[in-house]
Amino acid sequence: MSPKMTHLRQLEAESIHIIREVAAEFENPVMLYSVGKDSAVMLHLARKAFYPARPPFPLMHVDTTWKFREMIEFRDKMAHECGFDLLVHVNEEGVRQGIGPFSHGSGIHTDIMKTEGLKQALTKYKFDAAFGGARRDEEKSRAKERIFSFRTEDHRWDPKSQRPELWNVYNAKVHPGESIRAFPISNWTELDVWQYIYLEQIPIVPLYYAAVRPVVERDGMLIMVDDARMEIKPGEKVEYKSVRFRTLGCYPLTGAVESTAATLPEIIQEMLLTRTSERQGRAIDHDSAGSMEKKKQEGYF
Amino acid sequence: MAHQSELISEDILAYLKSQEEKSMLRFITCGSVDDGKSTLIGRLLWDSKMVFEDQLAALESDSKRVGTQGEKIDYALLLDGLQAEREQGITIDVAYRFFSTDKRKFIVADTPGHEQYTRNMVTGASTAQVAVILIDARKGILTQTRRHSYLASLVGIRHVVLAINKMDLVDYSQERFDSILKKYQSFAASLGFDDITAIPLSALEGDNIISPSPKTPWHQGPTLMQYLETVQVPDASAGKPFRMRVQWVNRPNLDFRGFCGTIASGQIHPGDEIIVPSSGKKTRVARIVTMDGDLERAVAGQAVTLTLEDEIDISRGDTLATPEDVPHHAARFEAKLVWLHEEALTPGRSYLLKAGSATAPAQVSQIKFKLNVNTLAQEPGETLALNEIGVCSLSLSKPISFDSYRENRGTGCFILIDRLTNATVGAGMIHQPLLQSSGKGWIEADLGPKARAEQKGQSPKVLCIASQDQKHRTEVAELVEKKLHSQGRHSYRLDQQSLSLEPGSKDEQARLLAALGEHFLAAGLILIVSLSDQDPHLSDALMGRLNTESFCQVDLKKDIGTISLSPQQQAEQIVEELF
Repeated sequence: MSPKMTHLRQLEAESIHIIREVAAEFENPVMLYSVGKDSAVMLHLARKAFYPARPPFPLMHVDTTWKFREMIEFRDKMAHECGFDLLVHVNEEGVRQGIGPFSHGSGIHTDIMKTEGLKQALTKYKFDAAFGGARRDEEKSRAKERIFSFRTEDHRWDPKSQRPELWNVYNAKVHPGESIRAFPISNWTELDVWQYIYLEQIPIVPLYYAAVRPVVERDGMLIMVDDARMEIKPGEKVEYKSVRFRTLGCYPLTGAVESTAATLPEIIQEMLLTRTSERQGRAIDHDSAGSMEKKKQEGYF
Repeated sequence: MAHQSELISEDILAYLKSQEEKSMLRFITCGSVDDGKSTLIGRLLWDSKMVFEDQLAALESDSKRVGTQGEKIDYALLLDGLQAEREQGITIDVAYRFFSTDKRKFIVADTPGHEQYTRNMVTGASTAQVAVILIDARKGILTQTRRHSYLASLVGIRHVVLAINKMDLVDYSQERFDSILKKYQSFAASLGFDDITAIPLSALEGDNIISPSPKTPWHQGPTLMQYLETVQVPDASAGKPFRMRVQWVNRPNLDFRGFCGTIASGQIHPGDEIIVPSSGKKTRVARIVTMDGDLERAVAGQAVTLTLEDEIDISRGDTLATPEDVPHHAARFEAKLVWLHEEALTPGRSYLLKAGSATAPAQVSQIKFKLNVNTLAQEPGETLALNEIGVCSLSLSKPISFDSYRENRGTGCFILIDRLTNATVGAGMIHQPLLQSSGKGWIEADLGPKARAEQKGQSPKVLCIASQDQKHRTEVAELVEKKLHSQGRHSYRLDQQSLSLEPGSKDEQARLLAALGEHFLAAGLILIVSLSDQDPHLSDALMGRLNTESFCQVDLKKDIGTISLSPQQQAEQIVEELF
């Protein structure tokens, strides 16, 4: 009797299988790198999949220009250290129009700088497959997402006509212009991701660890004052609190949680004892019921 | 969460250590909406405390708005993902749920109970190790129970939980429970399950989900969670012969050549001999390379990179196997095929078959019989419609390596892809090769003109283009061929001149051309012949021997021969009118 593979080793092997399958089947794949912890795991798995070679695809970051500064520093450092080619795409049209979360709200900002930006980038580079770090446990509409998720020529997802996905045999056929979003860590949960980061000692953005940071309480969320673009409204005050982030995105849209968890075990401990799910810190999900499903049909990851 | 809260808060490092040994179980739940399936899964998530406060708040408000449980919490709402389903109160696709306890991580494939049932259930069950089959205690065993059980057995699930639900509505009657179980056992005897565990449940009330219910003191067996946490699913693939399909050849430089893949079964060590069935070549494993260092051993389920002692020709889709027990390598096999698409199977048509990393054009050459999923009866059939299952013969354009699905789930399964739409249209489980060790590939023995024509998606024709002017007729014929080619049709062009027989042997020429025409029609092709119109002999001979449906002729002068038309326009007109 051979030793049983633990759940993390099984998940790891499944993800590597998916990553290799995409690399082998598609002409021009790309790995979308959001700089968050899920991306960190995905990048680590990609390195494992092709070791000792470098992964045969570039990393791409769709930068909304509103990411935390530490995310950008970390992104450049990781891409350099891991030997990836890094493509950074910014929706210049959105920049020209001055789109931002403070002036336009989370909906318009996310739509133009993230969703549109992503579509622009995919069209510009003619990628026929794009890896994403989404997990099925994140949100209800993701529970039905395929691992190889088909996208039409205009990058739309049709939840009604998904291809059946059986065993570990993935249909990678697309017509020119169409593409696949591939989700290698579909079957991981938030806890799995943290345990794996701990086990494999994967570097993550320091924002996940608690530290004293300047924050303002706004609409029930603690928003970090990451740069001068954030105006302090009358009645608001900047406080220095020990906070950390459970999820990372655009800083004006990402709520911090008060915490003293400064090490990985402490983060996992806090996560296990906490009573709110991680997406709660994202302003985007609160908009309306089924909002994620709508966004995905439009091409949001 | 149902984790050791004390250990988490007191000694997180010890807790993390204990979690490293956790195993994983994938299971499928089968049943219809009415059986309370979504409620059951919602309960498992709920009772294992995988529901967070913000989700709870949403659940409470949703329960009031669209729930079916009055003031109570409707656990099913935790699951229904897509907006349309929420409004209609039905689940329409396969969804995956996750929860974990201290002992195991669970992945649940949740499939709907009615429409598209076969397709969705086969999809969800393809990766499952255990099937939880729900039965409404009031209704007992229904047709759909048989169907669920049969489909579970079909995709190779060996462990079944008979979840007899809604016991609260039959007063927790042991008699009722026993009689359902007895009936089920006699029905399922032929399905080849290793074990059947029946559990009396009330998903709504939470009886026997996590802890034993005081209302069923007569039940000696485990609760559902106890069963799921402890069921031993011996990793059947670990003790089997070594198989690995090569996904990717890793060549960072001239000194390194690694073969990447996931081990489908068995295990491998450096020094072990392997064979590549496609070439019959043997060599030994030199290293098992990973980013964390070389391994002394790798087992089924691991994704590894192997380097070999000798440079032999291996590419993606090839299988590496132990020479002691070699997989089949053939281009024809018999398989159970489940049809997954609205457009029915067309026997003889060319599909793309994908088995692991191996891909080849394939056609279904024969449907031996169809299987009725409700009665298990064998029925005759010419085609397979959506959700139908048949035992079929498949012919591939080149051989692949495989095992029977019964022997080896990982190397015995495949999908079929429509070559035009790229849709996944079929899922197959291989029985056995049809011509043992046939290395010849595509076998035409049972193929007729109809199958060949269907495969090419065209009606075969012999088209005669007549004109005195040789240059003119050749030009038009060429243009017609190009036009057909660009439309994806398969054609071939001949000029009278190229049939250069002895001068004067008109009869011989006519006979030869007619015979050629017959061959082209049988091959499913379009033959374009350019002829001199002064030679009625040839076209008459063709007319006499070929059936009128597949023969047509055009006189460039008489039929469409206005001088104003360019050869390009004439060609376009011919193609438009005739095809």
